[in-house]
Amino acid sequence: MDLADTPQEAEFRTRLREWLGRALPSLPAKPSPDDWPGRRAYDLGWQRTLYDAGYGEVHWGADPAVRMIFLEETEKAGAPYVGANFVGLLHAGPTVAAEGSDEQRARWLPPVLRGEEVWCQGFSEPDAGSDLAALRTRGRRDGDHYVVSGSKIWTSHAEVADWCELLVRTDPAAPKHRGITWLAMPMDAPGITVRPLRTLAGSNEFAEVFLDEVRVPVANRVGEENDGWRVTMVTLSFERGTAFVGEVVACRRVLGELALAARENGRWDDPVLRRRLGRLNAEFRALWRLTQWNVSEASEGVPGVGGSVFKLRYSHARQELYEAAAEVLGGEGGTALDLEQPWLLDRLSSLSYTIAAGTSQIQHSIVAERVLGLPKGR
Amino acid sequence: MRFQLTEDQRALRAGVRGLLAARFGRERLRATMDVADGPELDRGLWRELGDAGFFSLRLPEEAGGVGLGLPEAVLAFEEAGRVLLPGPLIATHLAAGEVPGAATGEAVVTGVDGGGVVEWLEAADVVRGDAAGALRMRSVDPLTPLHRAGEPDAGDRADVLLTSLLTAAEQLGTAARVGELAVQHARTREQFGRPIGAFQAVQHLCAGMLVRVEVARAAVYAAAVTVDPADIAAARLLADEAAVRGARDCLQVHGGMGFTWESDVQLYLKRAWVRARRPGAVTECEELLAAALLSEAL
Ligand SMILES: Cc1cc2nc3c(=O)[nH]c(=O)nc-3n(C[C@H](O)[C@H](O)[C@H](O)COP(=O)(O)OP(=O)(O)OC[C@H]3O[C@@H](n4cnc5c(N)ncnc54)[C@H](O)[C@@H]3O)c2cc1C
Repeated sequence: MDLADTPQEAEFRTRLREWLGRALPSLPAKPSPDDWPGRRAYDLGWQRTLYDAGYGEVHWGADPAVRMIFLEETEKAGAPYVGANFVGLLHAGPTVAAEGSDEQRARWLPPVLRGEEVWCQGFSEPDAGSDLAALRTRGRRDGDHYVVSGSKIWTSHAEVADWCELLVRTDPAAPKHRGITWLAMPMDAPGITVRPLRTLAGSNEFAEVFLDEVRVPVANRVGEENDGWRVTMVTLSFERGTAFVGEVVACRRVLGELALAARENGRWDDPVLRRRLGRLNAEFRALWRLTQWNVSEASEGVPGVGGSVFKLRYSHARQELYEAAAEVLGGEGGTALDLEQPWLLDRLSSLSYTIAAGTSQIQHSIVAERVLGLPKGR
Repeated sequence: MRFQLTEDQRALRAGVRGLLAARFGRERLRATMDVADGPELDRGLWRELGDAGFFSLRLPEEAGGVGLGLPEAVLAFEEAGRVLLPGPLIATHLAAGEVPGAATGEAVVTGVDGGGVVEWLEAADVVRGDAAGALRMRSVDPLTPLHRAGEPDAGDRADVLLTSLLTAAEQLGTAARVGELAVQHARTREQFGRPIGAFQAVQHLCAGMLVRVEVARAAVYAAAVTVDPADIAAARLLADEAAVRGARDCLQVHGGMGFTWESDVQLYLKRAWVRARRPGAVTECEELLAAALLSEAL
């Protein structure tokens, strides 16, 4: 059991820290959360900056420990979040890297790494959420194209995306997990309508996407026709397994800020609140250790129980964190919607954590059946 | 960073597990508790533990010890927690090298802890702290006799920290074991024509247990590596929770059978309760971790 950096890891950490110290002060100002084109430009700009400095590929880097150092140091230094690059960098990209052909890798990966193209995820449908394999959007083969019709929902970043990792049903007669295909759909193809959905936080994070006879080249298919469910499992393992690592560091930072704020405004004298923050400290320390454990296990080539276990606990802890934030603000803090006060907005967006990327109920079932080997439930 | 067990650590864990399985199986456990005036400490087993290096694990080799570190001690105590090994294990382990005979298991050492409670007072050869006039309490755990001493002993700061960490290790072992027992039962017990483990309500109880164990394990092992007081407090909080809630959920999964004296589930819960009240309990840990937030943030 070793928690210390190896010499190479330490060297990487120092170099990155120094570079962040130079690079961050010259970043442009953050756009407002509602300004999607502005956010897209900002997020792509940051990825480009990373790329030019030689850190563009770190999310796909061979060594998970190095990736973790990257996420830890960038978050500690207050560097921008992946933002609009989330899907491209953290799950569509890794899926193409793992399952795509050489041509597909050459076409799609460099623009993601260079901060030129944004991806979104078209998996969920109005009648296929937790039961994702119930999806109905049709992909009818017509020569060297699939003609796609149907609709997708909760598609994050759809408004500003160039590509969509899209699941379509290519064989309606097959058992439901067997007739699905994974396609990369260009978002500027004729027949696509994006209708933004307003979230409970008042923002438009995600959208409904209507597909009317959209022609997608067969060459854009990743994996075989009707083998899309297997490819989807690869995508989801990236989404649940690695995508939240940096956020634990962010939560630890927020927790420290909360403690200072509570001391400022006198709420710190309330032992119930103080102890609640103490317990959250235990929680996020442990989640960080669990991340280190999972990453070390992954680097030994053994896929761990990590993803679902981690996601379950983390999403609840994160909600608890922002509940505590509202307590720290005290009085009207939990109810007045001061948009200048990021904790209150974060409290609202944290509500999605137990839903997005598979609900907590679904994660519990996955742990019970796939990790503990309990009989399949209903 | 390679935060995984080394080959040697895996071997050590397997060795301790093997020894305990051979020498302290279920029959031994039940025999120990079914004694009229309370449980008796098995001196033979104590010596065997001594011979196996359980108490001298962290003593340098020059001093006749095994020369290993806290991570290894944590693994050994986790195994003890899995099988509910009785006795003042931690006090004796901490006394190795100081109290003659502790390292080899010839002497049984206990101590007055910060709550003014002494475990296994009558069985001990040496008591650290002032236990004069201590009164016997009726212990909830049929495998841990308890006395209340007049004056709580603040104890050596380093000893309190190590006691808390090794307690967390025992709790972790208990939490992992009750999780396994619940899953075993859920796979085999049938109701409504199918194993109860096929019902989501039961599945989710079991999954919740595993999640708590995995989170606690990462925290306990990390604390054994860093020996940082805040890490130890975090480990203790999460391991106490994993053991107590895990044992309760395990009891629930066992239904009426879980409520009987015959079932061992009660023993896991009761021991988890006894350990959870040791120094470095909830309030203390939470306050320490809260204070750490301020000093870290500054
Ligand atoms: C902020 C946000 C962003 C998202 N972004 C994307 C995106 O970019 N792309 C995309 O494809 N999707 C996205 N999603 C969709 C997300 O994956 C789904 O919302 C999620 O999988 C749940 O599906 P659902 O909303 O249809 O809920 P439902 O499946 O209808 O579930 C409703 C409730 O029933 C419970 N439930 C359902 N089935 C079971 C069962 N078998 N056992 C026990 N309980 C059950 C659920 O846990 C939940 O509590 C996003 C969601 C959110 C909130």
